[in-house]
Amino acid sequence: MYDMKALYEAESVAHAIQLRLEHPEAQIIAGGSDVLVQMREGKRAGKELISIYMLDELRGVSLDEEENIRIGSLTSFSHITRDPIIQKYINVLGEAVDMVGGPQVRNIGTIGGNTCNGVTSADSASTLHAWEAIIELTGAEGTRRVPIKDFYLRAGKVDIRPDEIQTAILIPKASYDRTAGYYFKYAMRNAMDIATTGCSVNCRLSSDGKTFERVRIAYGVAGPVPMRAPSAEAAATGKPVSAETVEQFSLAVLNDINPRDSWRASKALRQHIAVELARRCLLESVKRCGGEIHEAV
Amino acid sequence: MKQFKQVTFRLNGKEVSCVVDVRSSLTDMLRNQFGLTSVKKGCEVGECGACTVLINKEAFNSCIYLAVWAEGKDILTLEGLMGPNGELSDIQQAFMEEAAVQCGFCTPGFILTAYEILEEPRDYTDDELRKLLSGHLCRCTGYENILRAVKKVLRQRLEAAKA
Repeated sequence: MYDMKALYEAESVAHAIQLRLEHPEAQIIAGGSDVLVQMREGKRAGKELISIYMLDELRGVSLDEEENIRIGSLTSFSHITRDPIIQKYINVLGEAVDMVGGPQVRNIGTIGGNTCNGVTSADSASTLHAWEAIIELTGAEGTRRVPIKDFYLRAGKVDIRPDEIQTAILIPKASYDRTAGYYFKYAMRNAMDIATTGCSVNCRLSSDGKTFERVRIAYGVAGPVPMRAPSAEAAATGKPVSAETVEQFSLAVLNDINPRDSWRASKALRQHIAVELARRCLLESVKRCGGEIHEAV
Repeated sequence: MKQFKQVTFRLNGKEVSCVVDVRSSLTDMLRNQFGLTSVKKGCEVGECGACTVLINKEAFNSCIYLAVWAEGKDILTLEGLMGPNGELSDIQQAFMEEAAVQCGFCTPGFILTAYEILEEPRDYTDDELRKLLSGHLCRCTGYENILRAVKKVLRQRLEAAKA
């Protein structure tokens, strides 16, 4: 038995909103792989829960009328990895969420929950930041859309208003068009572990493959919330596709990131890893864009 | 305040229904109300995989799954693998032949994850199989034999599909 004060089960998105207003103290539960564990550990013991898990309308991946990718917030990690739209346009997201926990956790864990818990180490978060995802929230007055960088307020705190639930995550066409990326999770074990640092890079090359038209990079666990590295992006965007650019790009991340010492890893180790991951991820992204770099450095 | 709910679902091929305390995990309900003790209580925080069951053919840790979410689902536990005359499934047989069992606590979970993997047999590499089995802990450290058992059934099923 969980130490739960009460359970309110939403039967529709509108009902979920009504429950949110009726029970302002209650915690939303999606797949529960965080909330139920925290309840078991005592951190959320004795709380009321609003379950949205049964809302099948929040599951699945589709393309909307503007060809943006729309991922329902309750879509599980394993379904994202297997989805043909994800594989075609943003395969790196499917690869990133395939590194969460273990197989059973990837069947229950949802992308909505992975972002709403506001955790910096979430495996989906760096890729969603690097691809400038848009968070869709639905509340009593309708839906609103928030860029993911504004959605994260601080560690463990995201911009969900008292009447809202997250209903979808969108990847705009302008973001995924002619773009490929790579995610590297650095952790101590291959399974059932949390990232020491996670890095997600993507790029778009000019049609002759010689210039970086756009380079984007984001980290998990390089600061209290997932973050982009703007100096690194500036160091590569518009520059020639070369080993030198990759080198300058990877060193520039140190201007942007702010990792901390923790029992998982020291700040120095995290900085070292961040530079190396940026380098490897950009090299792999170039390859995936069909570009070539002759290793000189 | 005690809160109860009627839950109706398929369990090992049969329609079932019961009234459950909403605070129950699926592990609690399967063990206490249906007597399915192959669903082990291990870590109870979704790390060890001993409580694994299949829900709509996907493996879940039943310890971090609310019992009320079973509504309308198709749930399979180890007990459901038994044939009409008590026969073992090919996976269970292979686990015995390869000595992939020591204390047996992790075994039901491993077998159900193996069941999910082997429903769509294809040529998996050892690394792929290790990753697919990585949601289970075996403290007798019998991983090699478990991997061998899963590979054995995989080979059998691939050969049967060819024939």
